[in-house]
Amino acid sequence: MQLTNRSKKTDKTALTLAEKTYLPGIAAGLGITLKHFFSKKVTIRYPEQKRYLGPIFRGHHILKRDEEGRERCTACGLCAVACPAEAISMIAGERVKGEENLYREEKYAAAYEINMLRCIFCGLCEEACPKEAVYLRHDKFVPVFTSRDQVIYGKDQLVEDMNNRYERDAWTKEEMTKLWEKQQKVITQ
Amino acid sequence: MEAVLIIKGIIILAIFALSLGIAAYETYFERVVAAYIQDRVGPDYAGPAGIFQPLADAGKLFFKEDFIPALADKSLFILGPSLAMLTALLTSAVIPFGDSFIYEGQKILVQGIEVNIGILWVFGIVSLGVYGILIGGWSSNNKYSLYGAIRAASQNISYELAMGLAIIAILMMTGSLSIRSMVEAQHGFNWNIFYQPLGFIIFLTCSFAECNRTPFDLPESENELVAGYHTEYSSMKLGLYLFSEYVNMFISSAVIASLYFGGFNYPGMDWVYSKFTSIWGATVGHNWATVIGICVLMAKIFFFIFLFMWVRWTLPRFRYDQLMDLGWKALIPLAVLNMIITAAAQLSGKPLWIGLILTLIIMLVIFLPAIKKRTVKA
Ligand code: SF4
Ligand code: SF4
Repeated sequence: MQLTNRSKKTDKTALTLAEKTYLPGIAAGLGITLKHFFSKKVTIRYPEQKRYLGPIFRGHHILKRDEEGRERCTACGLCAVACPAEAISMIAGERVKGEENLYREEKYAAAYEINMLRCIFCGLCEEACPKEAVYLRHDKFVPVFTSRDQVIYGKDQLVEDMNNRYERDAWTKEEMTKLWEKQQKVITQ
Repeated sequence: MEAVLIIKGIIILAIFALSLGIAAYETYFERVVAAYIQDRVGPDYAGPAGIFQPLADAGKLFFKEDFIPALADKSLFILGPSLAMLTALLTSAVIPFGDSFIYEGQKILVQGIEVNIGILWVFGIVSLGVYGILIGGWSSNNKYSLYGAIRAASQNISYELAMGLAIIAILMMTGSLSIRSMVEAQHGFNWNIFYQPLGFIIFLTCSFAECNRTPFDLPESENELVAGYHTEYSSMKLGLYLFSEYVNMFISSAVIASLYFGGFNYPGMDWVYSKFTSIWGATVGHNWATVIGICVLMAKIFFFIFLFMWVRWTLPRFRYDQLMDLGWKALIPLAVLNMIITAAAQLSGKPLWIGLILTLIIMLVIFLPAIKKRTVKA
């Protein structure tokens, strides 16, 4: 049975005298390692040098605003229910008169917290959201924590900054494939 | 006389410092070579291109907790690594690192001590070296360490035989045990490798085994014995063990280079010597020619160190029975055969190049038909 087209048939006839000394085999092996010794290194020096992770990388969460700068989240709690790690908690608030430019819906999240120690970056919150409010950014990591009080991210860290809006590079599969191919070309050059 | 003694002292100190310094940098080269062979770049953060990495490693080892297991034999536990390091360093005394310096009309050899039993000294010390491992492994009071130690002992004993037999062929050619006279007999490009190719392969294989390097690193095989004889060691005691392995590697390379690759001899050395003496006069010219010879030997040593690493990152480890088979059933008979052939050649009185050509023909006959491709694309 052939599982892949990369499998190799080996010749299992008895070894000849020279092969029994292993010397030709050793020489061939040394040749292979020497070839790699002089080949191009694949190392990416990570903190200084970063590779493009693709348009759908699941990184830092963001709570989107709409075009007019109003928060989209309506504190329905569906993301919290969907979250397998139970990382999300929120307190709902009712929009009062005069706040229409702040919140799009009548009910909004007065507090919205994600515990980044619990979060597994699965992206299910993003999928669950009916208001297209929560997204996982493809271009930013959650940084390393050094103390416990840095772990819970509140609205101050999550809500989108209107001066620096987050845009996905690609939304559809076709766009993504095109982008990916372009990036691969950049990397291989 | 005083000045001569001081210069001799400086030479001895330099050889000592050199063995330690090179051993330290071997750890760095080992990592870089490993990385390059695996398409990585290796340590390059400590200093330019990572050259301070050995210092960082040593610093780390010094600050580690120096732990001695409760049931270990304390004095032997400390003796083990010290002995390993001591024996590793002692061997460099008899290796001629260069010809000689002339100072105030007196010749000072670039060598720790010139004794007429040089190679025997090396063998004696190397076989003592296994005590370091054996004592360390036994006193750890740990099954894995003991296994490692026993393996080291039996491996060293087995391979020392073949190694000694391979050397006898060289002894017959030079008629002396002194490494210096062996080196001097290979003047110019008259290297022993051309007369003793088989002996060289046997010696090389055995020195891999003696240094406990892959593919013969059974005493410390990580995946079978945790770390073998140094499982229980930590801090600088572990450092000494690891270090002694690298010193051994350096010394082995030096011995191989001296015995088979002409030591400080190189083709065209007479021309260089006469040029130097005519430019700078007999004394200074001679000294400079010696310096060049030292550099040539160093280049050879570095090549063999690289070979040690190259082989380590190419070949997998032998199984224990394979190791013993290779030692007793292949290398020792081959070494005896090599000895007999050399003796016959010496007695026949024919010039040596006839043997050289014969060897080449035999090699071709054995190897040419044998090289066939074992894998075919499905
Ligand atoms: S990414 Fe997954 S784990 Fe993290 S908050 Fe969203 S649903 Fe929860
Ligand atoms: S982020 Fe989306 S799913 Fe979560 S509470 Fe807000 S609107 Fe609901």
